[in-house]
Amino acid sequence: MAVIPLERKPLTFAERTYLPQIASGLWTTFKRIFQPQVTLSYPEQRPAIPPGYRGVPTLVRDPNGREKCVSCQLCEFVCPPKAIRITPGEIPADQADRAHVEKAPQAFDIDMLRCIYCGLCQEVCPEEAIFLQNQYSLSGYTREEMVNHKDKLYELGGTIPDQHYKWDQKKTAAEHGNTH
Amino acid sequence: MIAPPKPDLVTVNIDGREIAVPKGTNVIEAARLVNVDVPHYCYHPKLTIVGNCRMCLIEMGMPAVDPATKAPIMDPATGKQKINWIPRPQIGCGTNVSPGLHVKTTSPMVKDAREGVMEFLLINHPLDCPICDQAGECKLQEQSTGYGRGYSRFVEQKNVKPKRTQLGPRVTLDDERCILCSRCIRFSKEIAKDDVLGFIDRGSYSTLTCFPGKQLTNNYSLNTVDICPVGALTSTDFRFKMRVWFLKQTNSLDTESSVGANTVVWSREGQIYRITPRRNDEVNDTWMADSGRELFKTLRAADRLTAVKVNGADSGLDLAANAAADLFKAYAGAIAVVGSARSTVEEQFLTKKLAVALNAPTQLVSRVGPGDTLLISADRNPNVRGALVTGLIAALPAQTLPALAASVDAGKTRVIVSVGEDLAAAGLTAAQLAKVAVVYLGTHANATSAVAKVVLPTLAVFEKNGTLVNQQFRLQKFAKAVPAPAGATDDLIVLAKLAAAAGASVPSDLGSLWKLLAAEVPGLGPITYANLPETGLLLDATPFAALPFVEGETLHYKPVAPAVAVATA
Repeated sequence: MAVIPLERKPLTFAERTYLPQIASGLWTTFKRIFQPQVTLSYPEQRPAIPPGYRGVPTLVRDPNGREKCVSCQLCEFVCPPKAIRITPGEIPADQADRAHVEKAPQAFDIDMLRCIYCGLCQEVCPEEAIFLQNQYSLSGYTREEMVNHKDKLYELGGTIPDQHYKWDQKKTAAEHGNTH
Repeated sequence: MIAPPKPDLVTVNIDGREIAVPKGTNVIEAARLVNVDVPHYCYHPKLTIVGNCRMCLIEMGMPAVDPATKAPIMDPATGKQKINWIPRPQIGCGTNVSPGLHVKTTSPMVKDAREGVMEFLLINHPLDCPICDQAGECKLQEQSTGYGRGYSRFVEQKNVKPKRTQLGPRVTLDDERCILCSRCIRFSKEIAKDDVLGFIDRGSYSTLTCFPGKQLTNNYSLNTVDICPVGALTSTDFRFKMRVWFLKQTNSLDTESSVGANTVVWSREGQIYRITPRRNDEVNDTWMADSGRELFKTLRAADRLTAVKVNGADSGLDLAANAAADLFKAYAGAIAVVGSARSTVEEQFLTKKLAVALNAPTQLVSRVGPGDTLLISADRNPNVRGALVTGLIAALPAQTLPALAASVDAGKTRVIVSVGEDLAAAGLTAAQLAKVAVVYLGTHANATSAVAKVVLPTLAVFEKNGTLVNQQFRLQKFAKAVPAPAGATDDLIVLAKLAAAAGASVPSDLGSLWKLLAAEVPGLGPITYANLPETGLLLDATPFAALPFVEGETLHYKPVAPAVAVATA
């Protein structure tokens, strides 16, 4: 490679005093005081989260308050960093309102130290029960605190409008369907 | 070895490929030989053929001959004999091969037929794969992906049927998922010989049920769950426990009797979830007993031995070996070894090495129960024949040990090394046990481990590698499915350490052990653990033909009358 020698020009007297540079820098600062703000005073001010943001994965309930997850464990299977851990469980036959769903998670843990916010769990979920919502700030003092258990996941998730009411439809079919 | 007689071979043409198959083979099996998958639900290789699912429809034809002269009619376009294709699809399971049979499994008619059958089957099938335990091993799921239409035209309401019927103590039926293939009915009738299942009602109201007043209680009921192509019959024990795609499959053996049924152990992260049969046409076909599926439940039981103990105090393996060495030295000549017919061949070989080093008499304990003529034999020890082959014993064991008890009473035996055998159960009284120092190797606590001087925790069958010899003298291997609990050591290592304490140097790894076995045990010549086929290898049984084995007839096993064999020999 060719080497191009550059000649360094000697500084003028004004440059050696640094004063013009300081003055021009202060002028820039002074101008910005009267321009609109582009930063946020985080954490007092929070940014508006755009739709489709991939925040902390959460579990959601349907508008009837029923948990949507049926513990099919597809998210556990697809999760690249293996952050999700589910213990499946059976819904006992005596719970009239949801016994027909048969299956629900006994335990549902997401290790947020492992989670990479990729959103594959949301994409794979056949019941539309897990969503990466707008929570983005998450901290804890211990590793255990960073594992979101089922209660926390439902608390974070809340309710999401549901277009399908899959299990409600199934129940209606069971009550009015082609029984014999 | 006598070569089997050549079966009558018939040449058939499947999707343009010629193959010679034995006479009597049906099209599904013939296609399987050329790696062509003919989808099916009701057909099962070990059950009778009913042909009621209609999924295996194929197009077939025969070479054309002139009706009058019987001369082949040639096709001028190809120069070959013309094929007369039957204009309607035929079922592959119910069609046996005949010479010159031509089969198409990928023609548009077959594709249409399969799509039609899939559509009918899915009409009333709930699409609840996310909660269905069969997902991942469901034929309906696989075949609707492979051969289905891909979308539903059904807008009406699906049929509603009971979701959790208890057919028996171990089987739960989800009626909505049933596709009425009748495999379970045929299994109960033909294999289990306990005819309790049947269909009631007609059309889409058809329902699988038990006959009035009866239940699916037989010891083979869980095989119906295995052969159910959909998630209709589910194991009450495994239901909703774990998705099958997480489970690691390890080939294992059923150790509850000398049948040695081949099994698969399904585990995840060191926990076993279920045990299912593995096909071996020479031993257990595709079946196994329900009782053998529960053997893993004792692995993490509270009475599992997990600490090496010397004189009741926690110790280490080497310290315990030293304590045993002291006992062996102090009471040289007054030592007895009680081996086990539940140990593997390798362990029995090491037990023999130990007994030889100690110059100690060896006995085994027999366990006998009623055989069920199917897959549980009268001999409840899985490896009596292994002890015979390795030379650990020369005669068949008895259920109790009167000679040992007498020897203890006489003060001639002061130390007993017991390999997993409860001496109290084998007829030794507490007073007799108190007189001797017991070195106990075993998995679970019992009366013997409670009084033993040295307790060495060892592994259960799911936690180690090894081989067993079943009632047919078939050497079969099993592999380690789950890690052992902390504190328990491989039997081979423990036995090698004890042998070292007795002054004999023996290897404790399977590779070296099999070299030694091949060299020292007649009949085990070129076999190694690694090259032993998964379906096992028959050993030469003639040296033991005169022994009066206790087994009665079971599946693929007919006992030879020993007295007659002696008389004619």
